[in-house]
Amino acid sequence: MFKKIMVPVDLAHVGSLDRALACAADLAAQHGAEIVYVGVTAPTPGAIAHSPSEFAAKLAEFAAGQASQHGVTTTSHMVQSHDPAVDIDKSLLKAVADTGADLVVMHSHKPGLSDYIFEGHGPYLAQHAKASVLLVRD
Amino acid sequence: MADETVNQGIPEPEGAAGIIETDYEIGQDNIETSIGPIKLDIHNPVFGVSAVMVILFVALALIAPEWSRETFLAIRDYVKSQFDWFFLLSANLFVIFALLLVVTPWGSVRLGGSEAEPDYSYPAWFAMLFAAGMGIGLMFFGVLEPVYYFGTPWGDQPLGGSLGIVDGVVADPAQVAEARRMAMAATIFHWGLHPWAIYAIVALALALFSYNKGLPLTLRSAFYPLLGERVWGFWGNVIDTLAAFATLFGLATSLGFGATQVASGLTDVFGAGNSEEGTRNFMGFLWGNTDASNDSSLLLVLIIAFITAIALISVIRGLDGGVKVLSEINMGLAGLLLFFVFFIGPTAVILSDFFGGIKAYAQEIVPLSNPFGREDTGFLHGWTTFYWAWWISWSPFVGMFIARVSRGRTVREFVVCVLLIPSLVCIFWMATFGGTAISQVINGGNESGVFQNVIEAYKPEISLFAMLGELPLASITSVLAVVLVIIFFVTSSDSGSLVIDTITAGGKVDAPVSQRIFWCIFEGGVAAVLLLGAAGTAGLDSLQAMVISTGLFFTAVLLVMCFAIFRGLMTERQEMK
Repeated sequence: MFKKIMVPVDLAHVGSLDRALACAADLAAQHGAEIVYVGVTAPTPGAIAHSPSEFAAKLAEFAAGQASQHGVTTTSHMVQSHDPAVDIDKSLLKAVADTGADLVVMHSHKPGLSDYIFEGHGPYLAQHAKASVLLVRD
Repeated sequence: MADETVNQGIPEPEGAAGIIETDYEIGQDNIETSIGPIKLDIHNPVFGVSAVMVILFVALALIAPEWSRETFLAIRDYVKSQFDWFFLLSANLFVIFALLLVVTPWGSVRLGGSEAEPDYSYPAWFAMLFAAGMGIGLMFFGVLEPVYYFGTPWGDQPLGGSLGIVDGVVADPAQVAEARRMAMAATIFHWGLHPWAIYAIVALALALFSYNKGLPLTLRSAFYPLLGERVWGFWGNVIDTLAAFATLFGLATSLGFGATQVASGLTDVFGAGNSEEGTRNFMGFLWGNTDASNDSSLLLVLIIAFITAIALISVIRGLDGGVKVLSEINMGLAGLLLFFVFFIGPTAVILSDFFGGIKAYAQEIVPLSNPFGREDTGFLHGWTTFYWAWWISWSPFVGMFIARVSRGRTVREFVVCVLLIPSLVCIFWMATFGGTAISQVINGGNESGVFQNVIEAYKPEISLFAMLGELPLASITSVLAVVLVIIFFVTSSDSGSLVIDTITAGGKVDAPVSQRIFWCIFEGGVAAVLLLGAAGTAGLDSLQAMVISTGLFFTAVLLVMCFAIFRGLMTERQEMK
């Protein structure tokens, strides 16, 4: 049913992604799909990496780690953004198209007050992406 | 977990670059938390200390307006008169240093590693650095400064000994020509190579240490060659806190003064009533009266609120969707106004002021920038040192912003585009606006609006509108000018909020958007509170004086940055070999 599953990851907060990562791995194993982990970075040095190329290397390393942990095929895809705090939704939307993913599995927090002001990243993707979107609550 | 991979080796940026090996992780001193629905990711203690310092100084200016005004003005005047040589000498050094970078082999070092590609196209890059750098100053001083030098015996002697206006009457042609030449030279001196070299040094130091060395995009990183690992401790906090503090007050005070220019422009174009009778108003808000005591500060606060609201939208839309778009609109409109005045005004005279101005600038730059044994202290302290301290106190903000958008350029490209091209554009702007205004004074004498508002009475915020008023289509161009002043303030305000947010988040550019919203509102709030206080614009005066005094500290910071750039580029060159 699904051939390529995209999983957006925030490398700075990997701990909170456990459920989404496990869910994506299960689905990938079940459907024989490949997982592509997508990370968004600014060109400036940040908490994760000092440069975009270092970020890409870290993301690839993460994908390899997931592959050996869950026994599924994984790749990684970095998106560079001038202003990730604002552009992340559009960056992820573009990544869906660029990677050709047919399912997006992503972590999503429980809806709260702030969701009335700022739309969450998950709902945005569900509304705009051509692929199916599965939001995994904490 | 992948978190643990962070410290395992540091691959290079794209292509060769001399990355600095440090155990410091960007964001390690940050506090990540949330207050209700608002997420925070702020540097401890830079965020807290800067915010509290701002509140304390605003409180001081409100509680003891007279005392703080006298004290801060005294400090500013002391700094300007005692350290004039230090400002001039340093600024000359910055120009020479920047120009040397163009011709030496260091010019080929690329920001972001030898294979990095530019983040922004030339037009977008140029629009952003111009809008943040000095757009608003060009609107304010474009007419004022050349005419003022031309027609008033300010300071202790007329510049160059020639006055264009003597006893309210236009002087003889030879004297007029000489006064005009010196007025252009002195204006260009303040808007040409020196200010842009100041910005270029800060921007280059930050870009180099961030993109090539892998350090956080914040002021302290340029001190790494001098302080080493200590830069992450106390002294680094001091530098970053002062930068955030100077940026916020610099923006807030100029926003306050800018509101008066917008109010004057609006009243000039749309106002009604009589200024002598105290009934001059814009939509019922009293403004622009001879006796200004009843003029409405509520109007100013509404203007500040309007500018802050647009800035807020821009900040929420981010760097590409907000700041870049507004900067481009800005450049388009400014270009429109510039070419309108150029073609409708005395085109041949403007061209001669442009080329003559460059020639006069070249002839006079040495005496004008001479730090020692000067006799024209009125000009030196009243204008040159004031400008240098002002540009320098503004440079952490503009420099950081330029650095943010300059990845992928070579050092040579960078200096040419941040130093030489903007200087030429400024010269052209001054020749167009100043040259047209001087011609109006010469032809119209005391009948001319510019004469009445700059030479006869000193009303700087009116000067631009007075010049446009004597050209055709004044009602259209004046509206365009008001819109431009507003958008220039919006672009300063939104790019400023991005910069303060990055500094107070320890160099992280992906901190939650709520933080920029905070700084943007805070900045407008500071300006509004100061205006509503009993002291009115006196509160702005005193805090602006304080900001300018910080220029002394930042001059020393810039000197260290020159050293840092030198050291940084040396290692880059070694990496490339």
